[in-house]
Amino acid sequence: MSALLLEVEGLTKHFAVTRGMAREKVFVRAVDGVDFAIARGETLGLVGESGCGKTTVGRLILRLIEPTGGAVRFDGRELTALDRKRLQPLRRSFQIIFQDPFASLNPRMTVSEIVGRPMEIHGLTRRAERDEKVGELLAAVGLRREQLARYPHEFSGGQRQRIGIARALATRPQLVVADEPTSALDVSVQAQILNLMKDLQGRFGLTYLFISHNIGVIRHISDRVAVMYLGKIVEMAGKGALFSKPLHPYTQALLAAVPSLDPRRRQEEVLLEGDVPSPVNPPPGCRFHTRCRFALPRCSREEPEFRPRADGRWVACHLY
Amino acid sequence: MGTLLRVDDLHTHFLSAGKVVKALDGISFEIREGEVFGVVGETGCGKSVTALSILRLIPFPPGRIVSGAIRFRETELLALPPDRMRAVRGKEISMIFQEPMTSLNPVFRVGEQMREVIMLHQGLGKSEALEAAVRMLERVRIPEARKVAGQYPHQLSGGMRQRVMIALELSCRPALLIADEPTTALDVTIQAQILKLLNELKREMGTSILLITHDLGVVAQMCDRVAVMYAGSIVEEAGVAAIFENPRHPYTQGLWGAIPLAHDEKPTLAVIPGAVPDLSRLPEGCKFHPRCGRRFAPCDRIRPQMTAVGDGHRVACHLYGGGEPS
Repeated sequence: MSALLLEVEGLTKHFAVTRGMAREKVFVRAVDGVDFAIARGETLGLVGESGCGKTTVGRLILRLIEPTGGAVRFDGRELTALDRKRLQPLRRSFQIIFQDPFASLNPRMTVSEIVGRPMEIHGLTRRAERDEKVGELLAAVGLRREQLARYPHEFSGGQRQRIGIARALATRPQLVVADEPTSALDVSVQAQILNLMKDLQGRFGLTYLFISHNIGVIRHISDRVAVMYLGKIVEMAGKGALFSKPLHPYTQALLAAVPSLDPRRRQEEVLLEGDVPSPVNPPPGCRFHTRCRFALPRCSREEPEFRPRADGRWVACHLY
Repeated sequence: MGTLLRVDDLHTHFLSAGKVVKALDGISFEIREGEVFGVVGETGCGKSVTALSILRLIPFPPGRIVSGAIRFRETELLALPPDRMRAVRGKEISMIFQEPMTSLNPVFRVGEQMREVIMLHQGLGKSEALEAAVRMLERVRIPEARKVAGQYPHQLSGGMRQRVMIALELSCRPALLIADEPTTALDVTIQAQILKLLNELKREMGTSILLITHDLGVVAQMCDRVAVMYAGSIVEEAGVAAIFENPRHPYTQGLWGAIPLAHDEKPTLAVIPGAVPDLSRLPEGCKFHPRCGRRFAPCDRIRPQMTAVGDGHRVACHLYGGGEPS
């Protein structure tokens, strides 16, 4: 058994869109050659701003959408080569938690149906014992067994997210992709959910790909962190190293932009001006060079390779 | 610094499914000339209703300002006839919202929308007003302001739209700008740009800002004084340094402890157990007592009053006296 549960190589997704009056067909390069791996029991945080491609990466790994190119190996098996029929039995091993606990639960299903359905589909329970098994899971995520027959609208946002987590765990997965699981929640409820996810990780031996734009949340939950910008990972490192000494100029600017909770430390300097360029026509060379403080002449011509350094950190930047 | 706006014992209620929802349950605070006053709290605590009440934009029905006073300079806003109130809005007190796209009209060019507002409030002619609009866009550091004035809102990025909103709302030099989660819909690098802009404009124009947010980092970086709201009440009010160094109310302490930090390691996150109460069935006594780890005898019977615990630092909690029962 390999120590790596998930290996991703050159993962790419280009969405075709038509644009303007001329119905011109262009490609949004949402994910453009992404490499990373996650070890068993580890949490990899995937962080970046809107449109950087982090959600698309999560969905590609689960084959909820089809990649344009690249490889996804799960537990040593190449997923991208499998057809639907052969993929289906493997799906129980990788599940997802969505951002919006209001939109991601079917309002016409009871909690028992929502959480029990995945078990039935994968033949993990019979109808007669379903409530028993769902009840156990509800207790594990901090809900009460008596709430089995209730509908989603009877729960608060935080409780709904617990239902979403119970559903993800129903098939006893190894990998859980959590896509902004606390972004719709208030901070006091967010803390409950983050603590629960850490607790469940230990109890069920879970591996997480945790996707978020919230840098504080990423720092709290992750073992390692990958930073995305315009469809590419620009830096990946252990949490301690990344936060104490970010290498990539984008990571530096991103971390510096988070307002500090220390009112005596007012941040006047803004490291990043302007907006993210369009993923339809990303800048040539390094995609960040148009906004980079340290840009060299070669940055606009030559794309920096994403590669490991001697200390095990990965960075895609000509400075290193 | 003189007082610009004073809110006294304001009650705003909504009628929902036959029940009275006490969105604001007797709040009092003041905003001084030139300061940034922050109102912070979680969803449903009443922070946005506070803003809408000040502008008298509470939709009726179902909402209604039941009692209280809102004094702006020498004027009692709640006593103004509607046409006088309309003149206050946008000219003396203006407001920017979380999502600028919903506040900008999608079918008019940016410059046209700004021109209308400037003509209405400043009595300028068409071409003069357009020139004033372009100058205002330059003032909020929009590159190629004249070009942007000719564009439609959908052609701009989220950060640019918020700059346009700020330009629009500051074009009449209001004394008070209400900013309701102005950067919540924006990415963190764009947020940093907008916060810097608001700080610079405040210094240049001397505008007071009522900043409503759930983001404590934004509070720490922007505000002079802060009020923390919970379930329709202010539970603590203090200068920004005091409230971050020495939060006193158990809810404030819980909220502070629950935030995962980007700039520091925090081994565990504090949890406030339970959930916010239903505003139509508020608990007796202190509204926070069912979730409070430090509750004692009076908490489930007597509503605590705001009590001074330091220079400008007030808290509504029986641990600190809690004042006379109401």
